[in-house]
Amino acid sequence: MCHAHPARRLIAALLLAVLPGVALAQVLEDRRVWPGTGERTIRVISTADIDVFAPFVERIAAERPDLGIDYAVASSAELHRAIAEGASYDLAISSAMDLQFQLANDGLARAHRSDATAGLPGWARWRDLLFAFTAEPAVAVISRARFAGRDRPRNRQDLIALMRTDREAFARAVGTYDVRDSGLGYLFATQEARNSDTYWRLSELMGGLDVQLYCCSAQMIDDVASGRLALAYNVLGSYAMARIARDDRLEILALQDYATVMLRTAFIPASAEDPEGAGAVLDAILRIGMRDDADALPLPPLGAVQGPEATAFGPIRLGPGLLVHLDRLNREAFLAEWSDAMLQ
Amino acid sequence: MTDAAASRPVAQKVRRPAAGQAAAGRAASPWGFSRSIGRRLTILLAGIAAVLALVSWAMVTSFARAAAERTQDGVLAASALSIAGALGSEQGNIRLELPYSAFAMLDAIGQDRVFYRVATADDTLTGYEDLEVPRLPRTAGEVVTDTIAYRGTTVRVATVTRSVLSGQVPVRIMVSVAQTRSGVDEIAAGLSRSAAALSVGFFLLATGLGWAAARNSLRPLNEIAQAVGRRGPSDLRPVQRDAPGELAPLLAALNRLMERLGASIRRSEDFITEAAHRVRTPLATVRAQAEVALHSAESEEVKATLRRMIRAVDESSRSAGQLLDHATVGFRAETLRAEDLDLAAVIRRVTDGLAPTAEMKDIAFSVSLVPAPMRGDAILLENAVRNVLDNAVKYSPAETVVTVTLERAGSAWRITIRDEGRGFGDAAVPQLVERFRRGANVEKVVGSGLGLTIADEALRAHGGTLTLSPGDNGVGACVTLTLPAA
Repeated sequence: MCHAHPARRLIAALLLAVLPGVALAQVLEDRRVWPGTGERTIRVISTADIDVFAPFVERIAAERPDLGIDYAVASSAELHRAIAEGASYDLAISSAMDLQFQLANDGLARAHRSDATAGLPGWARWRDLLFAFTAEPAVAVISRARFAGRDRPRNRQDLIALMRTDREAFARAVGTYDVRDSGLGYLFATQEARNSDTYWRLSELMGGLDVQLYCCSAQMIDDVASGRLALAYNVLGSYAMARIARDDRLEILALQDYATVMLRTAFIPASAEDPEGAGAVLDAILRIGMRDDADALPLPPLGAVQGPEATAFGPIRLGPGLLVHLDRLNREAFLAEWSDAMLQ
Repeated sequence: MTDAAASRPVAQKVRRPAAGQAAAGRAASPWGFSRSIGRRLTILLAGIAAVLALVSWAMVTSFARAAAERTQDGVLAASALSIAGALGSEQGNIRLELPYSAFAMLDAIGQDRVFYRVATADDTLTGYEDLEVPRLPRTAGEVVTDTIAYRGTTVRVATVTRSVLSGQVPVRIMVSVAQTRSGVDEIAAGLSRSAAALSVGFFLLATGLGWAAARNSLRPLNEIAQAVGRRGPSDLRPVQRDAPGELAPLLAALNRLMERLGASIRRSEDFITEAAHRVRTPLATVRAQAEVALHSAESEEVKATLRRMIRAVDESSRSAGQLLDHATVGFRAETLRAEDLDLAAVIRRVTDGLAPTAEMKDIAFSVSLVPAPMRGDAILLENAVRNVLDNAVKYSPAETVVTVTLERAGSAWRITIRDEGRGFGDAAVPQLVERFRRGANVEKVVGSGLGLTIADEALRAHGGTLTLSPGDNGVGACVTLTLPAA
């Protein structure tokens, strides 16, 4: 996922050029170091933007002030490649569950066992390797200005009917992930397609409306806020809610038929240099994930999927089923079908 | 007392079997293993139970593992078959869309790592290219499962093949699905733990039951032992009991032993009786001759010698008499012949018989009797009274009175014989009485004389008691004989 601003990419590239010690094969989008009181620094690679993760660092520092945190942001594909190639990170955090699962399945994760991992619900961990700490739905975000005077669709059937009847209002004004680039977009698309044929009808309709494709949720939200887009489909709900809290031009469409819920997962790579420190940081993150107050942090807790807003399908299952969509043949077939629908 | 030595052999003969038994009971192996048959049986049964529990635990564990492995094989085969079923050809090209369920079902066993490979003979279509299987199914539809090492861990792999048209040519495609075995290990370990708990329970139960069984089978033996142990010291009747077949030879041997022992005791008593008779008669002759010589002797020195001689002869004759009495009592007490008698008459006969001896020492009898009818053996009772009275006369100084009283005391007759002699000694009395009441202490019999033993045995044969106490005002001795009234 690339939530980063283009300017940030430039900074990251400059950083790489300036610091030969960080001459990594993968492209970092952003990086920040929070020093600890001790000498140990835990190297984290993550798909979450720095400002999303910063509140977590404060809470981790409250538990383990001695540990510094070196936080690098990368897209889920870059993260997957870095870990698969054995880059020495102590902790890998990603929203692309399937890629995370594949890394753990292929033996690139180190087992970690603690009170915090034992406290996780069964669906939020896979073996002692992969642990979930947020439950984040995919949502549809609309521009209030462009929806002024319209009834809000209550489900996807309503949405399809609305876009069909008013094609002009939505032409070039619908945005969604380019699943060829975005790991998270691909995960959302494949899971939704597996659960409901509505996805393909919606995709064909969006294709017919000359859909705008994005790499990242943040940019989609920006364009909805500015009014360039009337609707952004399958945006990361946590980012949208954080943005809506300070921007009243946006609104989340309450689609009641179903929702795809992603679990943000973390694991300690087998190549970690400080697995003990990584375990402490991971435990702190998992404890934050199991908190009860849903609103205090930008990323919602695991408990969000068990609340009254619990959705029809529940969170995406952490299991070997995730491998199916990563299969080369399956991916090719899916992308072909997706391209047929979206790029008419 | 002088007759102590004579009493010893008889007493010891009766005691010996008991002492031997005790010694045999103490002989134990260093393991405490042969000490008790019950313990030995219990330990052996517990050992058997432990072996069986271990065997059953091992069997359940291996069955559980086999069952879990077969379940995993089944799931892997289903997964591989479902992938193979999704294979097809489209416009001459091989087409495959992995079914979601093929992988989702692998979650069923546990959270295991999953690897797969779909390949033709020389080309990997999709999946993990380095997943090699040792053998392939010979026919389509056959599933081959193997355990192989892959990426540093052990995996179970199921392989199926299917032919698909590629162009105009059928191509054989191999589908392998592999999974690590931690789920199987967990299931097997869980079942093994349950089986272990069950085995421990089974072992404890079996040990408890074994203990109960050992106790139950040893009960006849214990009952016989108790029956023999409860017997009086001179009860040598054969043991009449229903014994299990295994104990019958032991019981027969025990009865034969008792019979031989009884015969031996009877022989020695006969011998003593015979010996006493043979000694007494010549002694009477010697005494008569000595009396005659005493009367005709003139020298004081000779007279004194003759008197000492007469006293010695009296003493010997008395001892011989008591030995005879003892043998009589021992024999008659065993088979008591009860008849109607008057206790007063019995006492009268004894006082009359002892009057000459008493007169010689200037000892007077003060006799107070009431008619006392009862059932008993007159000869035994006479022996008892005579021995007590004889002691009283013997230990009384000259010119004193020996009082004999017969009275009713509740449902019993009480004969009290008091003398003014030296008594039993201060400290010894209560002990003496106590010991006599118990009647089992042979050493004490030596100390207080065969006479009292005879009296005690005769009384006990009638269900009576002998009580010793100091005389009135601490002077002399008081012997009380209590006998149940008819």
